[in-house]
Amino acid sequence: MDKTKETKLRVARQFIEAIPHSRALGMQLDGLHDGVAEISMPYDLRLVGDPRTGVIHGGAVSALMDTCCGAAVMSHPDSPAGTATIDLRIDYMRAATPGQRITARAACYHVTRTVAFVRATAFDDDADHPVASATGAFTIERPQRGTP
Amino acid sequence: MTTPPTPRKRPEPVQVIKSRRDGALRALVSGVPYIQFLGIRFDRRGNELTAELPFDEKLIGNPLMPALHGGVTAAFLEVTAIIELSWSLLWEDMEAGRIDPASLDPMHLPRLPKTIDFTVDYLRSGLPRDAYARARVNRSGRRYASVHVEAWQDNRSRLLAQGTGHFLMPTPGPATERDD
Repeated sequence: MDKTKETKLRVARQFIEAIPHSRALGMQLDGLHDGVAEISMPYDLRLVGDPRTGVIHGGAVSALMDTCCGAAVMSHPDSPAGTATIDLRIDYMRAATPGQRITARAACYHVTRTVAFVRATAFDDDADHPVASATGAFTIERPQRGTP
Repeated sequence: MTTPPTPRKRPEPVQVIKSRRDGALRALVSGVPYIQFLGIRFDRRGNELTAELPFDEKLIGNPLMPALHGGVTAAFLEVTAIIELSWSLLWEDMEAGRIDPASLDPMHLPRLPKTIDFTVDYLRSGLPRDAYARARVNRSGRRYASVHVEAWQDNRSRLLAQGTGHFLMPTPGPATERDD
């Protein structure tokens, strides 16, 4: 039991770190267990959305949130390996402080046979005031001849 | 029916108008590093914009299929929505002669709207091919705006994804001095 869990986590970690776009953004998997994932990415001048303020573009934060939510789904005990985003809503509470790392934490709080529901939050160094929050629905991809 | 000839102001040569509009669009787009990072370009027909996202290896989210990263799709939609909204504001100022596009460069642009929230509806998995998107400003008020955007790949009627975002309008600052 523990062994399959370990294998699953290892597979998820390898899977996430092999994603070309996650690599391009410098994403790092900081934590992954039972439906909760934490992924961070460094501040990068290439990701700036407003040249006058140096603030990271919301789109890059979306990519981080999407990856983190997907990882949370894959690490859920009731979920098989594959998932795809059905819908994702992101609320931007404030601009991320230029120069600081952004960390996303996602929790897959409910899973049905076909759908996983996820919530996530993103922070910079000021962990008390989130930069953004997200809610999403993800598919549960089961093998063709799956469990009863 | 004959109408007496009325003296009209001679219209500007088409090349002058085109280069002014293209210059303003270039200033708006080229100044955003993240748009360059993703490789997004904008094609202009009059005031209508179409965003293009040429396929690149670094946009892949699922190496096994392979498929575009969901975050890339979200970012592409959001970039398209923000540029469309900024462009619609810039266009009005430019056409009314309130802004001289020659004075625009990445550090002297009208402020960009800020995203309040953005919702992405994923309809199909992104193929390893070019993607396109067009946005429509459904409401553009003094303080808030609502923008809808659609993205597709090979077939315009088979959408890859659609999105809706709400934006906080830029407050007129030094770079956007206007009389109203």
